[in-house]
Amino acid sequence: MRRKEEFIEALVRSTLGSFALGVGLLFPLITLLVLLYESFPALRKFGITDFLLGKTWDPVAEVFGALPALAGTLLVTFIASIIALPVSVGIAIFIAELSPKRLKPVFSTAVELLGAIPSIIYGMWGLFVIAPLMADYVEPFLQETLGEVPILGRLFEGAPTGVDSLTASFVLSIMIIPFMSAIVKDAFEMTPPLLKEAGYGLGATKWEVVKNITIPYALPGIVGGMVLSVGRALGETMAVAFLTGNVHQIPLSFLEPLTTITVSIANEFTEADTDIYLSSLYYLALILFVMSFGLLMLAKFMLIERLGRRWGTKNV
Amino acid sequence: MDNSPPLKVEVRNFNFYYGSNHALKDINLPIYENRITAIIGPSGCGKTTLLRSLNRMHDLYPGNRYEGEIILYPDKVNIVSKEVDPIMIRMRIGMVFQKPNPFPKSIYENVAYGLRLKGIKKRSLLDEKVEQALKGAALWEEVRDRLGESAYSLSGGQQQRLCIARAIAPEPEVLLFDEPTSALDPISTSKIEELVVNLKERLTIVIVTHNMQQAARISDYTAFMYMGKLVEFGATEKIFTKPDNQLTEDYITGRFG
Repeated sequence: MRRKEEFIEALVRSTLGSFALGVGLLFPLITLLVLLYESFPALRKFGITDFLLGKTWDPVAEVFGALPALAGTLLVTFIASIIALPVSVGIAIFIAELSPKRLKPVFSTAVELLGAIPSIIYGMWGLFVIAPLMADYVEPFLQETLGEVPILGRLFEGAPTGVDSLTASFVLSIMIIPFMSAIVKDAFEMTPPLLKEAGYGLGATKWEVVKNITIPYALPGIVGGMVLSVGRALGETMAVAFLTGNVHQIPLSFLEPLTTITVSIANEFTEADTDIYLSSLYYLALILFVMSFGLLMLAKFMLIERLGRRWGTKNV
Repeated sequence: MDNSPPLKVEVRNFNFYYGSNHALKDINLPIYENRITAIIGPSGCGKTTLLRSLNRMHDLYPGNRYEGEIILYPDKVNIVSKEVDPIMIRMRIGMVFQKPNPFPKSIYENVAYGLRLKGIKKRSLLDEKVEQALKGAALWEEVRDRLGESAYSLSGGQQQRLCIARAIAPEPEVLLFDEPTSALDPISTSKIEELVVNLKERLTIVIVTHNMQQAARISDYTAFMYMGKLVEFGATEKIFTKPDNQLTEDYITGRFG
């Protein structure tokens, strides 16, 4: 009897352990190795700096540089995150602190359902609904106002087509909002009631408690959620494929078409007729992989741990 | 009771409901100025519920209802009236909790928080009041050189004294203690007890405690509660030596609870 239980325990442990090992360690490692292997020809031909800083993407001349796609990826992700952050924190504050208790699950589920919409549908919605709106109303308006400001105006030059980094970032931000607000909300709800009561006990208003206690306490969670969402946004740039225009140029204005790493890979994979072309696309994928992975590591080790210790989250 | 000190708070025909649960039943209790009133009783008797009614803490959670009056002197405000702003009440009646709960801020900012809520911005005035409060909580000597450090760098007993400093800094008229030493070791406990006794010179204290010896040691008046009712109230000495009620006697002699 005793021995049988021990055997089952050992079996379960080793099975689950190998799953964890396989998924957690082996899988990313194999992916990395495949990417390295496939991108090796391009890596040898262009090196690291020439590829990363190369502005030309010319399949005919077989010259490939990642800078436009890289810049596009970073730009779209960055703007999307900037838009998503305040909205997500707002949603999280509302759900966690302000909404009537009975409606809480309703709002919570509604936001989570947004995350259940397949991303390509966001892309289509972006192209058919948002892009025309941007082209007809928002972008001309921006050009007439901010576009007239010296220096800043440069960012709004170009034809307002609606297919540009502004629209792409907007749609992408809506895609990451459910994700980000869910993490931020969880962080808010982790704030110990005792800590909030301490604030109320001193005569703080609801808003003062949110501002001075909940937000600082949840800050590691907010930062972590932000970094994780940026990581997700990096990969999700695919869904906005319709909205970028897929042009390999460094976007100097919000209204210029651009491309991202994911969009380039998806659009060009079937067209890549030479080995070096294909290898360059793998190289792009490798860069994306390293960026996402690095970002996650950063979120995990630097920010969450450090902030956690500073605020003594484990202490209460 | 002619030689009783002036009233600070008076609980009159007070009832409290958690939803449909009738948690406090017809409570009448005087709380005298500059005295320590201890509320004792077995778990679930409603002593913490009563304490948390005094600063309207129950307002934070839906479905709670107050009935009757709790009068705060000298201006005779009915604490539990809907027209009375709980924020104003909590500025006048401070609270120290069961477990130390400093904010995730520096030692200084913890103490300054209540002052900032009151709108004090001047640095020199803040400095002065923070120092006073920390001295009042017998913590100044231990933290004077590390005011900028995180409050979590302090030990449990120090954290609780910091919470007391935080509570007294805005100079409340009444201070509520909800089993303030239940999470502390004996040495920290005796420091807190000494501190509570010293504090009664400047404010009125109500303390809920599980620990009968503690009530006997530090309080002037004791209220014994059982099953949501106030069984007996009187001078601590009397309650612990010759209580009128059999139930009180059984409890303090350890026959139940």
